[in-house]
Amino acid sequence: MKLPPLLAAPFAVIPLPVINRATRLMLFRVLKQHPGLFDRLGEHLGKRYGFVPTDLPLTFVVEPARPMITVSRKPGTPHADAIVEGPFFLLLALLEGRGDADALFFSRDLAVTGDMESIMSLRNALDDCSVDLPRDLSVAAGPLRPLFKRAAGWIRDRALSGESVWN
Amino acid sequence: MELICPAGTPASFREAVDAGADVVYCGFRDETNARNFPGLNFTRKELEQSIAYAQSKGTQTYVALNTFMRAGDEIVWYEAVDDAVRLGADAVIVADFGLMAYVAEYHPRQRLHVSVQASASNVDAINFLVDAFGAKRVVLPRILTIPDIARIARQITCEIEVFVFGGLCVMAEGRCSLSSYATGKSPNMNGVCSPASHVRYRQDGNDLVSELGDYTINRFPDGEAAGYPTLCKGRFEVAGQYGYAFEDPVSLDVMDHIDGLREAGVCALKIEGRQRGKAYVAEVVSTLRRTLSADSRSRPALIHRLKLLSEGQQTTSGAYEKRWR
Repeated sequence: MKLPPLLAAPFAVIPLPVINRATRLMLFRVLKQHPGLFDRLGEHLGKRYGFVPTDLPLTFVVEPARPMITVSRKPGTPHADAIVEGPFFLLLALLEGRGDADALFFSRDLAVTGDMESIMSLRNALDDCSVDLPRDLSVAAGPLRPLFKRAAGWIRDRALSGESVWN
Repeated sequence: MELICPAGTPASFREAVDAGADVVYCGFRDETNARNFPGLNFTRKELEQSIAYAQSKGTQTYVALNTFMRAGDEIVWYEAVDDAVRLGADAVIVADFGLMAYVAEYHPRQRLHVSVQASASNVDAINFLVDAFGAKRVVLPRILTIPDIARIARQITCEIEVFVFGGLCVMAEGRCSLSSYATGKSPNMNGVCSPASHVRYRQDGNDLVSELGDYTINRFPDGEAAGYPTLCKGRFEVAGQYGYAFEDPVSLDVMDHIDGLREAGVCALKIEGRQRGKAYVAEVVSTLRRTLSADSRSRPALIHRLKLLSEGQQTTSGAYEKRWR
């Protein structure tokens, strides 16, 4: 499903440093749970990967070599070697290996431009890691971990119900 | 009949095993296999761990070493065979006659399967490979009708495996030079068809344009299902008309014909897709597993959903029910 405009709108006004801080913490948390996440990138480790959620006023650039994630506001195009564009929840589904990128490309839910070798490497690297955002990020919730995990899992299930994703 | 399932990563491998594969096939992370895509495939250590996982669940592992050796560098392929045997592969899938000879000479007890890439499509060719190298199974090229397969099965002494679902080539396996023509790299020699390094997508207004090397492959209007950037599935101008000169963007699906394939003498059904993600593997393997045990009337409903996973969101039975001779 697309992110409802009511949920997407606040991201247009929340200060970028706050969003950057939050997304970096999430990236580092996921990397802590999956230290081998970028192993399959090989020669493409140093590339910049852009993500453009079609239903958010933000763009993201991931640099695995540093590692770092940088958030910017639209309408700017991310300065990246390869760019993936699609609905926010589908991009998260791909991060978790819950969607088949080829099928989403065939259906035109996903658009990919730029360096195809590097984006294929990233796709395969992500696919081989069992990232589970509710589980991986809930570690930081301390005593609220079970609650956070359940709530995040529920949101994910709702968001992906009816989409061309599996697992 | 065995269900032979693809895996491009250890995660996909586990999904295939858990979803009910009888056999998982995979390859090393180098040019010895015909799916040599960036970030894909197995290190020796990963294969060892995957084979152990498969064995713990009663599943077999076949290792595809199905590209053609490059003169002067044969050692790369020989070592891949040695390692696959050492790690416990239940069979090696080979296309190059020289490599088959190596397997037969140095690993005579290793089960040898003839890859689809060997293009062994008639009785004489198959019996030669059985006699010369001890091949135990042939994976038939996707150029034969079911009656053709039945005729061949009656005259050969090895098992028959066929593709039933997934990507479909233009039926010249092991001999196609279209990718090589456009990029200098081919599945036969380098393990890559339309290598990602030569692929480019761009938006032109509302159209998605796919390019391979210096060639424009296709232009998809907004809303039209897209396909892979391969020359064989390209849309070109021929005699003043635009259309698919070789083949539409479409995938193979012959699950409607599994009774006919069984009666023809086929012992193993293969799913294409080592380059696909684990979500694809899990969905396709579990669906086909259910389909195999379902009665013929229930099968179409079971496999219908898989169209969404297919190239161009279309499927065909291809040459298995050839109507264009």
